[in-house]
Amino acid sequence: MTDYFYLIPIAIALGAIALASFMWSLKSGQYDDLAGAAVRITLDDDDVPQKPDNL
Amino acid sequence: MSCCTLGAGLPAESDNLALDEEVRLASRLIGRDTYQTDLSVPDIHCGACIQTIEKALSRLEGVEQARVNLSTKRVSIRWRDATQPPALIETLRGLGYKCHLDDPDLEEKDGTSSELLRALAVSGFASSNIMLLSVSIWSGADSETRDLFHWLSAFIALPALAYSGRVFFRSAWESLRHGRTNMDVPISIGVLLAFGMSLYDTVHHGHHAYFDASISLLFFLLIGRTLDHMMREKARVAVKGLARLSARGALVVQDDGSRLYLPVAEIQPDMTIWLSAGERVPVDARVEEGSSDIDVSLVSGEGAPQAVSTGSVLQAGTLNLTGPLTITALAAAKDSFLAEMVRLMEAAESGRMGYRRVADRAASLYAPVVHLAGFLSFVGWMIATGDVHRAVTIAVAVLIITCPCALGLAVPMVQVVAARRLFENGIMVKDGSAMERLAEIDAVVFDKTGTLTSGHATLANSHEIDPGYLAIAAAMATRSRHPYSRALAAACDTPVPIRRIDELPGLGVEALVGDATYRLGRREWAVSESDQDAIRDNLGTVLSKDGALLAAFRFDDTLRAGAREAVASLRELGLPMEIVSGDRYAAVERTAADLRISDLRAGVLPGDKTRRVAELTQAGRRVLMVGDGLNDAPALTAAHASMAPGSAADIGRNAADFVFLRDGLEAVPLAIGISRQARLLVRQNFGLAIAYNAVALPVAILGYVTPLVAAFAMSLSSILVVANALRLKGDTKRAHDSRRNIAGVMTIASEGNA
Repeated sequence: MTDYFYLIPIAIALGAIALASFMWSLKSGQYDDLAGAAVRITLDDDDVPQKPDNL
Repeated sequence: MSCCTLGAGLPAESDNLALDEEVRLASRLIGRDTYQTDLSVPDIHCGACIQTIEKALSRLEGVEQARVNLSTKRVSIRWRDATQPPALIETLRGLGYKCHLDDPDLEEKDGTSSELLRALAVSGFASSNIMLLSVSIWSGADSETRDLFHWLSAFIALPALAYSGRVFFRSAWESLRHGRTNMDVPISIGVLLAFGMSLYDTVHHGHHAYFDASISLLFFLLIGRTLDHMMREKARVAVKGLARLSARGALVVQDDGSRLYLPVAEIQPDMTIWLSAGERVPVDARVEEGSSDIDVSLVSGEGAPQAVSTGSVLQAGTLNLTGPLTITALAAAKDSFLAEMVRLMEAAESGRMGYRRVADRAASLYAPVVHLAGFLSFVGWMIATGDVHRAVTIAVAVLIITCPCALGLAVPMVQVVAARRLFENGIMVKDGSAMERLAEIDAVVFDKTGTLTSGHATLANSHEIDPGYLAIAAAMATRSRHPYSRALAAACDTPVPIRRIDELPGLGVEALVGDATYRLGRREWAVSESDQDAIRDNLGTVLSKDGALLAAFRFDDTLRAGAREAVASLRELGLPMEIVSGDRYAAVERTAADLRISDLRAGVLPGDKTRRVAELTQAGRRVLMVGDGLNDAPALTAAHASMAPGSAADIGRNAADFVFLRDGLEAVPLAIGISRQARLLVRQNFGLAIAYNAVALPVAILGYVTPLVAAFAMSLSSILVVANALRLKGDTKRAHDSRRNIAGVMTIASEGNA
């Protein structure tokens, strides 16, 4: 049983990575325009979401 | 996609200088020499719109970036300061999109939704990991592993609790400080006690720790709260998108004759202002020069436009229709009619003041009972066994098992579903308490102009008029912005060759057709002296040929779509109705007779509207006020619940609890119906939660609740409550075309004010 304890930090780290990437995506404005993201995929230009301004 | 070809090529009606200044006033500085302007463009529908707008705006000189947000139907543009702002509005108009400037003052970024989302993410992460550890403990891990896992859980739970729990702790603290309780108080106490006791047990190698229960409780509650907030945010943005290109300033004539654009707040009495046709009067003023027609419907409720000339006094907020005017300010903005309305609104005893949310009322009964039960089980076990630790454990288990997870979700889940149903039907609700209040109303007060009626004049006697004359009149009318002209132009579209045409503001339109001079407008002006004694009834607008009367037109304000059906279904619900309008008695009576409403008051001043609502309230009625004008705003505030159409004046729309964006008045009974259904479901949910507690409480008091049982019971009751909330049905058969209709109404709403 104790031999598998090394799995625990791995599991928690994986969760933490998922949490961090969610936070990053939230901060970089990827949820600001969900409807727009759905149709922008049909546009040809490369584009990136607008960063919320840091006032 | 056809939706992108709406009304192409509208003429830019406002003065260009004024427009540039408006853009500058509505922009905010976001860096060195870089400004950001937000425009609300209600007609954006598809990917092609995004591409068209972004490309066109990016090509403008000085524009750094243009970004369309399809969800909020807005464009935000960053531009470098040159001598003047880029021609954003003109460009969009050229593409066929109507747009409104977003007020930078209202633009303060609302941090609540992202705070809630972050709290939700953290608590979700923590609860899933703690659950994983808990499962192995429940499956019978040996005591060393259990201790290790408890410690791990504690380390994950502590920061998560500190971060995600703030939402509840803050609100609980606020309410305790004011000597009240709300739902967040028992939640906070339960979560903190559970955590504290688990920590104690972990330190002392106890068997049971409730880390999973306290964090997953937070997680469930945050789901409800986040959904609730997002729904309201969506409604708020949709309502805000209706904000007009309202007067932020005016062209003030300087001593040396030059014109300077000043913000409204800086306009002082005795300043001379140049007001072009299509602009709203910024402050109370007197006409110095020129004549025109003024649309007062939003201000006084009177449907018919009024002719003004030198010496007439104008109220702030009225719309100049036909000719340019030079006016002198009589009062500063803070003393004008609009400010007076705001003061009346503040003075009006708000119908909402004494209202306490259902959830808070429930909490104030529930919290003492639960806390007393926890305390009694502690005392009981102390007397029975004398074991302090055991008694505390059981008391905490009682608090956890009864902790109002289901109660915390009972109200918000129902309201989220109800708000969603309303949204699908084009009705925006400001907050959950509005829905609770609407379910309680037992009387309805209507405004007339713009609420029961559409606010657009239509030709009432077209069948009495010679089609040839009608064609000439309609052709002449296309040249004027006067509402009656628009109604005439809409009545007939046979082309008539016109040689020359002039609009004389305040009088009418004069045209040369063949060799004859036709005049369309005021009777006194169009018809020569000798014919003056002709029938003088409602027929004030006439068509004449060389001074001889040809036809007289009568205009009517048509009923709003669905007004009859709406009034009929309200009558079925047994709600007494009355009309309180600022319009003339005859006009109000016509509408009232049409709708078979017997109770009516005409020529009512704004203050008296409020008084009428207050009278009804004192008589024990809970009044729903439905109105749209500036003059209705104080009454909207005073009423127990209020609704306004999307075409209402900004201030009225802000005062109302509900805003309906579709044209039809059916929104009123629909909203009442959904609110009442929501109230029923909330009651059922409370019933479910109480039934659950009745079963769980004895089990907890007897000391049989392990963390496993607690986790099970909590999830089960939450699922039950959510499932019950989803039973709420609304009339959604027309939901698919809601976007179209909303855009349609927005277009109509903005047309008259562009």
